Amino acid sequence: MSTSYLRAILAVTWKDLTAELRSRELLSAMLVFSVLVLLIFYFALELDVQTRSEITAGALWVTFAFAGTLGLNRSMAIEKDRGCLDGLLLVPVDRSAIYFGKALSNLAFMLAVEAIVLPLYSIMYNVNLFYPGLLGVTLLGSVGYTAVGTLLSAMSVQTRTRDVLLPILLFPVIIPVFVAAVKASGGFLNGAEWSEIIPWVNILLVYDVIFIAVAFMVFDFVIEE
Amino acid sequence: MSPQPRLLHVLNILSALLLAAGTLMVFWYAPVERVMGAVQKLFYFHVATAWVGMIGFIIAAVVAILYLVTKDLKWDAINVAAVEISLVFFFIAIVLGSIWARPAWGTWWTWEPRLTTAAILEMIYLAYLLLRQGIEDPERRARFGAVYTIFGGLSVPLTFVSIRLFRTIHPVIIGAGGSEKMNMTGDMVVTMLFNIAVFSVIFITLFWHRIRLGQFAEQVERRKLQLTH
Repeated sequence: MSTSYLRAILAVTWKDLTAELRSRELLSAMLVFSVLVLLIFYFALELDVQTRSEITAGALWVTFAFAGTLGLNRSMAIEKDRGCLDGLLLVPVDRSAIYFGKALSNLAFMLAVEAIVLPLYSIMYNVNLFYPGLLGVTLLGSVGYTAVGTLLSAMSVQTRTRDVLLPILLFPVIIPVFVAAVKASGGFLNGAEWSEIIPWVNILLVYDVIFIAVAFMVFDFVIEE
Repeated sequence: MSPQPRLLHVLNILSALLLAAGTLMVFWYAPVERVMGAVQKLFYFHVATAWVGMIGFIIAAVVAILYLVTKDLKWDAINVAAVEISLVFFFIAIVLGSIWARPAWGTWWTWEPRLTTAAILEMIYLAYLLLRQGIEDPERRARFGAVYTIFGGLSVPLTFVSIRLFRTIHPVIIGAGGSEKMNMTGDMVVTMLFNIAVFSVIFITLFWHRIRLGQFAEQVERRKLQLTH
Protein backbone atom coordinates (compact mmCIF):
# COMPACT_ATOMS: atom_id res chain seq x y z
CA MET A 1 0.00 0.00 0.00
CA SER A 2 1.53 3.25 -1.11
CA THR A 3 1.53 6.35 1.01
CA SER A 4 -0.60 8.25 -1.51
CA TYR A 5 -3.34 5.64 -1.12
CA LEU A 6 -3.21 5.96 2.64
CA ARG A 7 -3.20 9.72 2.37
CA ALA A 8 -6.29 9.59 0.12
CA ILE A 9 -8.14 7.48 2.68
CA LEU A 10 -7.24 9.83 5.50
CA ALA A 11 -8.16 12.86 3.41
CA VAL A 12 -11.70 11.53 2.89
CA THR A 13 -12.02 10.72 6.58
CA TRP A 14 -10.61 14.07 7.56
CA LYS A 15 -13.05 15.88 5.27
CA ASP A 16 -15.98 14.10 6.94
CA LEU A 17 -14.74 14.72 10.45
CA THR A 18 -14.11 18.42 9.80
CA ALA A 19 -17.51 18.86 8.20
CA GLU A 20 -19.10 17.12 11.15
CA LEU A 21 -17.15 19.17 13.66
CA ARG A 22 -18.56 22.33 12.07
CA SER A 23 -22.16 21.28 11.50
CA ARG A 24 -22.59 18.62 14.24
CA GLU A 25 -25.81 17.58 12.51
CA LEU A 26 -24.99 13.90 12.21
CA LEU A 27 -23.68 13.16 15.68
CA SER A 28 -26.34 15.21 17.43
CA ALA A 29 -29.11 13.39 15.56
CA MET A 30 -27.58 10.00 16.34
CA LEU A 31 -27.12 10.88 20.00
CA VAL A 32 -30.58 12.28 20.60
CA PHE A 33 -32.03 9.28 18.82
CA SER A 34 -29.98 6.85 20.94
CA VAL A 35 -31.11 8.45 24.17
CA LEU A 36 -34.71 8.27 23.02
CA VAL A 37 -34.32 4.58 22.23
CA LEU A 38 -32.89 3.98 25.70
CA LEU A 39 -35.86 5.78 27.26
CA ILE A 40 -38.30 3.80 25.16
CA PHE A 41 -36.62 0.60 26.27
CA TYR A 42 -37.18 1.58 29.86
CA PHE A 43 -40.91 1.90 29.36
CA ALA A 44 -41.31 -0.93 26.88
CA LEU A 45 -39.39 -3.55 28.83
CA GLU A 46 -39.69 -2.25 32.38
CA LEU A 47 -36.00 -2.58 32.97
CA ASP A 48 -36.02 -3.59 36.61
CA VAL A 49 -32.87 -4.88 38.22
CA GLN A 50 -33.43 -8.48 37.30
CA THR A 51 -34.39 -8.02 33.65
CA ARG A 52 -31.57 -5.56 33.22
CA SER A 53 -28.76 -8.04 33.74
CA GLU A 54 -30.19 -10.29 31.05
CA ILE A 55 -31.05 -7.85 28.32
CA THR A 56 -28.50 -5.07 28.69
CA ALA A 57 -26.38 -6.36 25.81
CA GLY A 58 -29.40 -6.72 23.55
CA ALA A 59 -30.77 -3.27 24.39
CA LEU A 60 -27.40 -1.67 23.71
CA TRP A 61 -26.94 -3.34 20.35
CA VAL A 62 -30.45 -2.52 19.20
CA THR A 63 -29.70 1.10 20.07
CA PHE A 64 -26.39 1.05 18.17
CA ALA A 65 -27.91 -0.64 15.13
CA PHE A 66 -30.78 1.84 14.85
CA ALA A 67 -28.69 4.92 15.54
CA GLY A 68 -26.09 3.57 13.12
CA THR A 69 -28.47 3.56 10.15
CA LEU A 70 -29.29 7.22 10.80
CA GLY A 71 -25.62 8.13 10.59
CA LEU A 72 -24.87 5.93 7.57
CA ASN A 73 -27.79 7.32 5.62
CA ARG A 74 -26.94 10.91 6.37
CA SER A 75 -23.24 10.52 5.69
CA MET A 76 -23.85 9.11 2.20
CA ALA A 77 -26.78 11.42 1.42
CA ILE A 78 -24.53 14.44 1.98
CA GLU A 79 -22.12 13.14 -0.66
CA LYS A 80 -24.89 12.45 -3.12
CA ASP A 81 -27.01 15.57 -2.70
CA ARG A 82 -24.31 18.15 -2.99
CA GLY A 83 -22.54 16.37 -5.82
CA CYS A 84 -19.51 15.69 -3.63
CA LEU A 85 -19.37 12.09 -4.75
CA ASP A 86 -18.85 13.12 -8.37
CA GLY A 87 -16.00 15.32 -7.22
CA LEU A 88 -14.47 12.49 -5.24
CA LEU A 89 -14.73 10.17 -8.22
CA LEU A 90 -12.67 12.58 -10.32
CA VAL A 91 -9.73 12.26 -7.96
CA PRO A 92 -7.08 10.03 -9.54
CA VAL A 93 -6.78 7.48 -6.74
CA ASP A 94 -8.08 3.95 -6.48
CA ARG A 95 -11.78 4.24 -5.72
CA SER A 96 -11.59 1.85 -2.83
CA ALA A 97 -9.78 4.68 -1.01
CA ILE A 98 -13.11 6.54 -0.99
CA TYR A 99 -14.78 3.49 0.51
CA PHE A 100 -12.20 3.11 3.27
CA GLY A 101 -12.27 6.83 3.96
CA LYS A 102 -16.04 6.86 4.32
CA ALA A 103 -16.02 3.65 6.34
CA LEU A 104 -13.44 5.09 8.74
CA SER A 105 -15.41 8.27 9.32
CA ASN A 106 -18.63 6.29 9.76
CA LEU A 107 -16.80 4.11 12.28
CA ALA A 108 -15.60 7.22 14.08
CA PHE A 109 -19.17 8.55 14.36
CA MET A 110 -20.44 5.21 15.55
CA LEU A 111 -17.71 4.94 18.20
CA ALA A 112 -18.37 8.51 19.32
CA VAL A 113 -22.04 7.68 19.86
CA GLU A 114 -21.13 4.49 21.68
CA ALA A 115 -18.65 6.36 23.85
CA ILE A 116 -21.52 8.50 25.09
CA VAL A 117 -24.30 5.90 25.15
CA LEU A 118 -22.34 3.34 27.17
CA PRO A 119 -21.64 5.61 30.16
CA LEU A 120 -25.13 7.04 29.90
CA TYR A 121 -26.68 3.59 30.03
CA SER A 122 -24.37 2.80 32.89
CA ILE A 123 -25.67 5.78 34.86
CA MET A 124 -29.33 5.49 33.88
CA TYR A 125 -29.64 1.81 34.69
CA ASN A 126 -26.91 1.51 37.27
CA VAL A 127 -25.01 -1.23 35.47
CA ASN A 128 -21.25 -1.36 35.26
CA LEU A 129 -20.30 -1.59 31.59
CA PHE A 130 -16.60 -0.96 31.85
CA TYR A 131 -15.10 -4.29 30.98
CA PRO A 132 -12.21 -4.14 28.51
CA GLY A 133 -13.67 -7.20 26.77
CA LEU A 134 -17.01 -5.49 26.28
CA LEU A 135 -15.33 -2.46 24.77
CA GLY A 136 -13.32 -4.72 22.45
CA VAL A 137 -16.45 -6.52 21.31
CA THR A 138 -18.18 -3.19 20.73
CA LEU A 139 -15.28 -2.15 18.52
CA LEU A 140 -15.28 -5.41 16.54
CA GLY A 141 -19.04 -5.28 16.08
CA SER A 142 -18.95 -1.65 14.98
CA VAL A 143 -16.22 -2.40 12.45
CA GLY A 144 -18.34 -5.10 10.80
CA TYR A 145 -21.43 -2.95 10.98
CA THR A 146 -19.84 0.07 9.32
CA ALA A 147 -17.91 -2.00 6.76
CA VAL A 148 -21.15 -3.45 5.40
CA GLY A 149 -23.26 -0.38 6.18
CA THR A 150 -21.02 2.03 4.27
CA LEU A 151 -21.17 -0.09 1.14
CA LEU A 152 -24.92 -0.69 1.32
CA SER A 153 -25.62 2.98 2.04
CA ALA A 154 -23.62 3.87 -1.09
CA MET A 155 -26.09 1.67 -2.98
CA SER A 156 -29.26 2.77 -1.22
CA VAL A 157 -28.68 6.52 -1.77
CA GLN A 158 -28.68 5.85 -5.49
CA THR A 159 -32.15 4.32 -5.47
CA ARG A 160 -35.57 5.94 -5.54
CA THR A 161 -36.53 4.81 -2.03
CA ARG A 162 -33.21 5.94 -0.48
CA ASP A 163 -33.21 6.19 3.33
CA VAL A 164 -36.08 3.76 3.72
CA LEU A 165 -34.09 1.09 1.98
CA LEU A 166 -30.89 1.06 4.04
CA PRO A 167 -32.14 -0.72 7.17
CA ILE A 168 -34.01 -3.23 5.01
CA LEU A 169 -30.83 -4.05 3.10
CA LEU A 170 -28.53 -3.90 6.08
CA PHE A 171 -30.29 -5.74 8.90
CA PRO A 172 -30.70 -9.17 7.30
CA VAL A 173 -27.02 -9.35 6.33
CA ILE A 174 -25.61 -8.13 9.66
CA ILE A 175 -27.45 -10.70 11.75
CA PRO A 176 -24.23 -12.66 12.43
CA VAL A 177 -22.63 -9.48 13.83
CA PHE A 178 -25.68 -8.77 15.87
CA VAL A 179 -25.99 -12.26 17.36
CA ALA A 180 -22.28 -12.55 18.06
CA ALA A 181 -21.92 -9.05 19.52
CA VAL A 182 -24.93 -9.47 21.80
CA LYS A 183 -23.79 -12.88 23.04
CA ALA A 184 -20.19 -11.81 23.56
CA SER A 185 -21.16 -8.58 25.33
CA GLY A 186 -23.65 -10.48 27.46
CA GLY A 187 -20.93 -12.99 28.28
CA PHE A 188 -18.60 -10.28 29.54
CA LEU A 189 -21.38 -8.61 31.54
CA ASN A 190 -22.42 -11.83 33.24
CA GLY A 191 -18.87 -12.94 33.88
CA ALA A 192 -19.04 -15.97 31.61
CA GLU A 193 -16.06 -18.24 31.01
CA TRP A 194 -13.64 -17.12 28.31
CA SER A 195 -14.22 -20.41 26.48
CA GLU A 196 -17.90 -19.50 26.15
CA ILE A 197 -17.14 -16.07 24.74
CA ILE A 198 -14.35 -16.92 22.33
CA PRO A 199 -16.57 -18.53 19.62
CA TRP A 200 -18.53 -15.28 19.36
CA VAL A 201 -15.40 -13.19 19.12
CA ASN A 202 -14.22 -15.53 16.37
CA ILE A 203 -17.45 -15.03 14.42
CA LEU A 204 -17.03 -11.27 14.71
CA LEU A 205 -13.44 -11.46 13.48
CA VAL A 206 -14.32 -13.75 10.58
CA TYR A 207 -17.24 -11.54 9.58
CA ASP A 208 -15.14 -8.37 9.74
CA VAL A 209 -12.33 -9.83 7.64
CA ILE A 210 -14.63 -11.37 5.00
CA PHE A 211 -16.84 -8.34 4.58
CA ILE A 212 -14.09 -5.74 4.55
CA ALA A 213 -12.39 -7.79 1.82
CA VAL A 214 -15.58 -8.19 -0.22
CA ALA A 215 -16.57 -4.55 0.17
CA PHE A 216 -13.09 -3.59 -1.03
CA MET A 217 -13.57 -5.78 -4.10
CA VAL A 218 -17.08 -4.67 -5.06
CA PHE A 219 -17.05 -0.96 -4.16
CA ASP A 220 -16.01 -0.09 -7.73
CA PHE A 221 -19.22 -1.64 -9.02
CA VAL A 222 -21.33 0.38 -6.61
CA ILE A 223 -20.15 3.87 -7.54
CA GLU A 224 -19.40 3.28 -11.22
CA GLU A 225 -21.12 5.92 -13.33
CA MET B 1 -40.54 -12.83 -29.43
CA SER B 2 -39.62 -16.40 -30.03
CA PRO B 3 -42.09 -19.22 -29.35
CA GLN B 4 -41.30 -21.78 -26.65
CA PRO B 5 -38.59 -24.20 -27.76
CA ARG B 6 -39.73 -27.81 -28.16
CA LEU B 7 -37.63 -29.01 -25.24
CA LEU B 8 -39.40 -26.53 -22.96
CA HIS B 9 -42.77 -27.93 -24.10
CA VAL B 10 -41.56 -31.39 -23.22
CA LEU B 11 -40.39 -30.15 -19.84
CA ASN B 12 -43.78 -28.54 -19.14
CA ILE B 13 -45.57 -31.80 -19.65
CA LEU B 14 -42.88 -33.84 -17.92
CA SER B 15 -43.05 -31.60 -14.83
CA ALA B 16 -46.82 -32.03 -14.55
CA LEU B 17 -46.61 -35.80 -14.99
CA LEU B 18 -43.75 -36.16 -12.53
CA LEU B 19 -45.49 -34.01 -9.94
CA ALA B 20 -48.55 -36.26 -10.21
CA ALA B 21 -46.37 -39.37 -9.97
CA GLY B 22 -44.45 -37.98 -6.99
CA THR B 23 -47.67 -37.10 -5.19
CA LEU B 24 -49.15 -40.54 -5.85
CA MET B 25 -45.96 -42.10 -4.54
CA VAL B 26 -46.12 -40.08 -1.35
CA PHE B 27 -49.70 -41.10 -0.69
CA TRP B 28 -49.78 -44.69 -1.92
CA TYR B 29 -46.26 -46.05 -2.03
CA ALA B 30 -44.59 -44.59 1.06
CA PRO B 31 -45.77 -46.19 4.29
CA VAL B 32 -47.47 -44.17 7.01
CA GLU B 33 -44.94 -43.27 9.65
CA ARG B 34 -45.63 -45.09 12.89
CA VAL B 35 -45.13 -42.27 15.37
CA MET B 36 -46.12 -39.16 13.47
CA GLY B 37 -48.78 -40.61 11.21
CA ALA B 38 -50.02 -39.06 8.00
CA VAL B 39 -48.59 -35.61 8.66
CA GLN B 40 -45.13 -37.02 8.09
CA LYS B 41 -45.98 -37.20 4.38
CA LEU B 42 -45.45 -33.45 4.20
CA PHE B 43 -41.80 -34.17 4.81
CA TYR B 44 -41.23 -35.39 1.23
CA PHE B 45 -42.44 -32.10 -0.24
CA HIS B 46 -40.72 -30.14 2.48
CA VAL B 47 -37.31 -31.63 1.70
CA ALA B 48 -37.86 -31.34 -2.06
CA THR B 49 -38.93 -27.67 -1.98
CA ALA B 50 -36.12 -26.76 0.40
CA TRP B 51 -33.71 -28.49 -1.99
CA VAL B 52 -34.97 -26.39 -4.89
CA GLY B 53 -34.65 -23.25 -2.77
CA MET B 54 -31.08 -24.21 -1.96
CA ILE B 55 -30.15 -24.75 -5.64
CA GLY B 56 -31.64 -21.38 -6.50
CA PHE B 57 -29.65 -19.73 -3.72
CA ILE B 58 -26.35 -21.23 -4.93
CA ILE B 59 -27.02 -20.44 -8.60
CA ALA B 60 -27.90 -16.83 -7.70
CA ALA B 61 -24.60 -16.35 -5.88
CA VAL B 62 -22.49 -17.88 -8.66
CA VAL B 63 -24.30 -15.95 -11.37
CA ALA B 64 -23.89 -12.68 -9.45
CA ILE B 65 -20.12 -13.09 -9.61
CA LEU B 66 -20.32 -13.97 -13.30
CA TYR B 67 -22.31 -10.82 -13.95
CA LEU B 68 -19.81 -8.56 -12.21
CA VAL B 69 -16.96 -10.18 -14.14
CA THR B 70 -18.56 -10.20 -17.60
CA LYS B 71 -21.11 -7.33 -17.36
CA ASP B 72 -23.42 -9.35 -19.59
CA LEU B 73 -27.09 -8.65 -18.78
CA LYS B 74 -28.06 -12.24 -19.54
CA TRP B 75 -26.51 -13.23 -16.18
CA ASP B 76 -28.70 -10.65 -14.51
CA ALA B 77 -31.84 -12.24 -15.96
CA ILE B 78 -30.64 -15.59 -14.59
CA ASN B 79 -29.87 -13.99 -11.22
CA VAL B 80 -33.40 -12.62 -10.80
CA ALA B 81 -34.90 -15.90 -11.95
CA ALA B 82 -32.88 -17.89 -9.42
CA VAL B 83 -33.71 -15.51 -6.56
CA GLU B 84 -37.43 -15.43 -7.30
CA ILE B 85 -37.75 -19.19 -7.58
CA SER B 86 -35.68 -19.72 -4.47
CA LEU B 87 -37.83 -17.18 -2.60
CA VAL B 88 -41.04 -18.99 -3.50
CA PHE B 89 -39.75 -22.50 -2.81
CA PHE B 90 -38.15 -21.61 0.52
CA PHE B 91 -41.43 -20.02 1.48
CA ILE B 92 -43.30 -23.21 0.59
CA ALA B 93 -40.72 -25.22 2.54
CA ILE B 94 -41.16 -23.01 5.60
CA VAL B 95 -44.96 -23.21 5.46
CA LEU B 96 -44.90 -26.98 5.01
CA GLY B 97 -42.39 -27.33 7.84
CA SER B 98 -44.61 -25.19 10.00
CA ILE B 99 -47.68 -27.33 9.32
CA TRP B 100 -45.63 -30.40 10.12
CA ALA B 101 -44.14 -28.88 13.26
CA ARG B 102 -47.52 -28.11 14.79
CA PRO B 103 -48.45 -31.75 15.52
CA ALA B 104 -44.87 -33.04 15.70
CA TRP B 105 -43.27 -30.42 17.97
CA GLY B 106 -46.48 -28.86 19.31
CA THR B 107 -45.71 -25.40 17.94
CA TRP B 108 -45.96 -23.61 14.60
CA TRP B 109 -42.57 -22.05 14.90
CA THR B 110 -39.34 -22.80 16.74
CA TRP B 111 -36.12 -20.88 16.54
CA GLU B 112 -34.39 -23.85 15.07
CA PRO B 113 -31.22 -22.85 13.14
CA ARG B 114 -32.33 -24.04 9.72
CA LEU B 115 -35.79 -22.55 10.11
CA THR B 116 -34.47 -19.23 11.35
CA THR B 117 -31.82 -19.07 8.63
CA ALA B 118 -34.44 -19.80 5.96
CA ALA B 119 -36.58 -16.98 7.33
CA ILE B 120 -33.65 -14.55 7.27
CA LEU B 121 -32.81 -15.66 3.76
CA GLU B 122 -36.37 -14.79 2.73
CA MET B 123 -35.85 -11.32 4.18
CA ILE B 124 -32.64 -10.94 2.15
CA TYR B 125 -34.51 -11.92 -1.00
CA LEU B 126 -37.29 -9.44 -0.28
CA ALA B 127 -34.71 -6.71 0.34
CA TYR B 128 -33.09 -7.67 -2.96
CA LEU B 129 -36.39 -7.25 -4.80
CA LEU B 130 -37.08 -3.90 -3.09
CA LEU B 131 -33.60 -2.74 -4.05
CA ARG B 132 -34.17 -3.63 -7.70
CA GLN B 133 -37.55 -1.96 -7.66
CA GLY B 134 -36.00 1.36 -6.69
CA ILE B 135 -33.60 1.52 -9.65
CA GLU B 136 -34.61 2.37 -13.19
CA ASP B 137 -31.34 2.00 -15.09
CA PRO B 138 -31.16 -1.73 -15.98
CA GLU B 139 -27.38 -1.81 -15.92
CA ARG B 140 -27.15 -0.29 -12.45
CA ARG B 141 -30.00 -2.47 -11.25
CA ALA B 142 -28.05 -5.50 -12.37
CA ARG B 143 -24.84 -4.34 -10.68
CA PHE B 144 -26.50 -3.56 -7.35
CA GLY B 145 -28.50 -6.76 -7.49
CA ALA B 146 -25.33 -8.78 -8.04
CA VAL B 147 -23.45 -7.03 -5.22
CA TYR B 148 -26.30 -7.57 -2.81
CA THR B 149 -26.65 -11.23 -3.82
CA ILE B 150 -22.97 -11.74 -3.01
CA PHE B 151 -23.42 -10.10 0.41
CA GLY B 152 -26.42 -12.30 1.08
CA GLY B 153 -24.64 -15.40 -0.13
CA LEU B 154 -21.75 -14.77 2.24
CA SER B 155 -23.73 -13.73 5.28
CA VAL B 156 -26.24 -16.58 5.24
CA PRO B 157 -23.72 -19.35 6.10
CA LEU B 158 -22.37 -17.16 8.92
CA THR B 159 -25.91 -16.53 10.12
CA PHE B 160 -26.49 -20.26 10.20
CA VAL B 161 -23.30 -20.90 12.17
CA SER B 162 -24.08 -18.16 14.67
CA ILE B 163 -27.65 -19.28 15.23
CA ARG B 164 -26.54 -22.86 15.66
CA LEU B 165 -24.01 -21.75 18.25
CA PHE B 166 -26.69 -19.60 19.86
CA ARG B 167 -28.83 -22.66 20.30
CA THR B 168 -26.23 -25.06 21.60
CA ILE B 169 -25.48 -22.70 24.46
CA HIS B 170 -29.17 -22.15 25.13
CA PRO B 171 -30.84 -25.44 24.31
CA VAL B 172 -34.55 -25.40 23.58
CA ILE B 173 -36.35 -28.51 24.64
CA ILE B 174 -39.03 -28.36 21.99
CA GLY B 175 -37.79 -29.81 18.75
CA ALA B 176 -34.63 -31.33 20.19
CA GLY B 177 -33.84 -34.24 17.92
CA GLY B 178 -36.71 -33.69 15.56
CA SER B 179 -36.39 -34.78 12.00
CA GLU B 180 -32.83 -36.07 12.38
CA LYS B 181 -34.11 -38.75 14.68
CA MET B 182 -36.66 -39.92 12.16
CA ASN B 183 -35.95 -43.46 11.08
CA MET B 184 -36.75 -43.97 7.46
CA THR B 185 -37.53 -47.25 5.79
CA GLY B 186 -36.26 -48.09 2.31
CA ASP B 187 -39.43 -47.06 0.48
CA MET B 188 -39.47 -43.78 2.37
CA VAL B 189 -35.96 -43.00 1.16
CA VAL B 190 -36.95 -43.92 -2.40
CA THR B 191 -39.99 -41.64 -2.21
CA MET B 192 -37.88 -38.81 -0.85
CA LEU B 193 -35.22 -39.13 -3.54
CA PHE B 194 -37.86 -39.43 -6.24
CA ASN B 195 -39.55 -36.25 -5.06
CA ILE B 196 -36.25 -34.42 -4.92
CA ALA B 197 -35.72 -35.44 -8.56
CA VAL B 198 -39.28 -34.36 -9.44
CA PHE B 199 -38.84 -30.94 -7.92
CA SER B 200 -35.46 -30.56 -9.61
CA VAL B 201 -37.18 -31.01 -12.97
CA ILE B 202 -39.88 -28.54 -11.95
CA PHE B 203 -37.11 -26.16 -10.93
CA ILE B 204 -35.45 -26.41 -14.35
CA THR B 205 -38.77 -25.81 -16.10
CA LEU B 206 -39.69 -22.79 -13.99
CA PHE B 207 -36.17 -21.46 -14.19
CA TRP B 208 -36.24 -21.59 -17.98
CA HIS B 209 -39.64 -19.88 -18.11
CA ARG B 210 -38.52 -17.16 -15.72
CA ILE B 211 -35.33 -16.48 -17.68
CA ARG B 212 -37.39 -16.17 -20.87
CA LEU B 213 -39.73 -13.80 -19.09
CA GLY B 214 -36.74 -11.72 -18.01
CA GLN B 215 -35.49 -11.59 -21.59
CA PHE B 216 -38.92 -10.49 -22.85
CA ALA B 217 -39.14 -7.81 -20.18
CA GLU B 218 -35.75 -6.55 -21.30
CA GLN B 219 -36.89 -6.43 -24.93
CA VAL B 220 -40.01 -4.51 -23.98
CA GLU B 221 -37.95 -2.06 -21.97
CA ARG B 222 -35.56 -1.57 -24.88
CA ARG B 223 -38.39 -0.97 -27.37
CA LYS B 224 -40.03 1.52 -25.02
CA LEU B 225 -36.76 3.44 -24.94
CA GLN B 226 -36.59 3.39 -28.73
CA LEU B 227 -40.09 4.83 -28.92
CA THR B 228 -39.50 7.63 -26.47
CA HIS B 229 -36.25 8.79 -28.07
